[in-house]
Amino acid sequence: MIGIEHYIVVSAILFVLGVLGIFLNRKNIIVILMAIELILLAVNINLVAFSAFLGDLVGQIFAMFVLTVAAGEAAIGLAILVIYFRGRGTIAVDDVDRLRG
Amino acid sequence: MNLASSLYFTGAEVGLSIVGLVLLLVSAWGGPRSARLVTILAVSALVGATLFSGHLFDLAASETAGRAFGDLYRADTFGSFAKILIYLATTAVLMVTPRFFDQRGAYRPEYPVLMLFNAVGMGMMASATDLMTLYIGLEMSSLSSYVLASFLRNDTRSAEAGLKYFVLGALASGIILYGVSLVYGFTGSTNYEGIRAAFAVEFSAGALFGVVFVLAGLAFKVSAVPFHMWTPDVYEGAPTPVTAFFATAPKVAAMAMLVRMAMEPFAGEVDAWRQIVIFAALASIVVGALGAIGQQNLKRLLAYSSINNVGFILIGLAAATPAGVAGVMTYLAIYVAMTVGSFTALLMLRDPMGQNLETFDDIAGLSTKRPALAWCLLALMFSLAGIPPLFGFWGKFVVFQAAVQADLVALAAIGIAASVIGAFYYIKFVKVMFFDDATREVETESPIGHWIVLGLSVAIISPLGYFLTIPLGDWSAAAAASFAAAM
Repeated sequence: MIGIEHYIVVSAILFVLGVLGIFLNRKNIIVILMAIELILLAVNINLVAFSAFLGDLVGQIFAMFVLTVAAGEAAIGLAILVIYFRGRGTIAVDDVDRLRG
Repeated sequence: MNLASSLYFTGAEVGLSIVGLVLLLVSAWGGPRSARLVTILAVSALVGATLFSGHLFDLAASETAGRAFGDLYRADTFGSFAKILIYLATTAVLMVTPRFFDQRGAYRPEYPVLMLFNAVGMGMMASATDLMTLYIGLEMSSLSSYVLASFLRNDTRSAEAGLKYFVLGALASGIILYGVSLVYGFTGSTNYEGIRAAFAVEFSAGALFGVVFVLAGLAFKVSAVPFHMWTPDVYEGAPTPVTAFFATAPKVAAMAMLVRMAMEPFAGEVDAWRQIVIFAALASIVVGALGAIGQQNLKRLLAYSSINNVGFILIGLAAATPAGVAGVMTYLAIYVAMTVGSFTALLMLRDPMGQNLETFDDIAGLSTKRPALAWCLLALMFSLAGIPPLFGFWGKFVVFQAAVQADLVALAAIGIAASVIGAFYYIKFVKVMFFDDATREVETESPIGHWIVLGLSVAIISPLGYFLTIPLGDWSAAAAASFAAAM
């Protein structure tokens, strides 16, 4: 029997993978965008699982909002990445270092 | 709770959204030529929204707070006060913006439209009483902020600032959202009152995790230490008017959201969050003061100054009393005036070619070339340092007083000691302007709009500002009374 704990554990693992993906990744920024999506998906699993467990619809409505915003966020992230690439000709994480102090 | 009253209480946001959408069409139709027109209309819409928020403030102070859309949103004194500050700061920034971009030929009508949508999101952040409205408001403000940070598309530093802000801001939103999902799961409600009622019955370990995640994410948004590392980079790289905006309006909105979170759903668990807030406050004050010392770039310096100021504001929150919340609101009002003034002065510093100046070498000997500007900056810097008789001292005084009354004497003492370190770089700023030899040619004329914004902020932070102490105190107390039921 799959209970609420299993869902929470899966979403916690996904969330940690997403955060680690942002900080440990030394390759390119597209991977960071994917890690951000992973975090938002972890949240969605949580929301839908809690919603089903509590018999309360609010969590599922919230999940729809999160999906919508995630789409907008990805679009803006990619747009910024494109203008960054036009200026610098690279999207490697180690090259993002013009601003230092 | 019918639709008409809901729309009435959300009038400022609804109005700004409609104006924003119409102006978006105008800018799509008119192209870059319509930039002036769109800016003027956006400023008038923001002024209208400010007046309407003032009206709702009066209404909520004399009668009861207006609840809209099934208590997803509340037009109370606290939210209205925060919104007045947010809209005024946005208006001031919009007024000084066009000249900066014109010099680069990069001013577009999308800029004021993005500012309007940002203002809608910030208003929702200040008034949200449900985790769902909070999230939507936060993202609406953040998404337009990412675009604004990278608005100078051909400048690699601006694009990099936008990229950094996007990655770290999205991470912070994700952390808040994960905390929100845990809070929802362990309380069964996304409404602030529902959450408080559920916490009163049982405060489980899972819910504590949720609260910590939400607070960590919010600390990110207000750029409190240890989540401050994005601030100097983004402030330096973003176009100066955008930096002025980031340092004022979104900070007020995020702080209002944090205060409402702490004082409403989490009001019963003060012991759980107070130590986090105290740590963040002290760390922000110390890091903000020490980090600024070696900086050459003035925008970076002001970024550390804003981290430092966030620490003082958090001291007011740590008190967790109505006096503390009132102190936070008073401090925010004075902070907005000081920051708008400093950045406007920075925007007025240009070389004869019209290039903006932003390092210490550029302001050396400014007092001989632009005496009026140098004296205004002197007043602003001394006010930021909290030196009486300037008005910045009053903000620090009210938050420390609230902390002492709440028996946080040690916190107040350390805070006062650390504010002396901060005074060092503000005074260095003045020393460079008045006692160093001039090396750069500077532009000697500035447009009247900049002088009006700068003059108003300097008038507020000058000793004349003390005439405002009584009304400002009354308004802040009325705003703090929004949480009377929760405390």
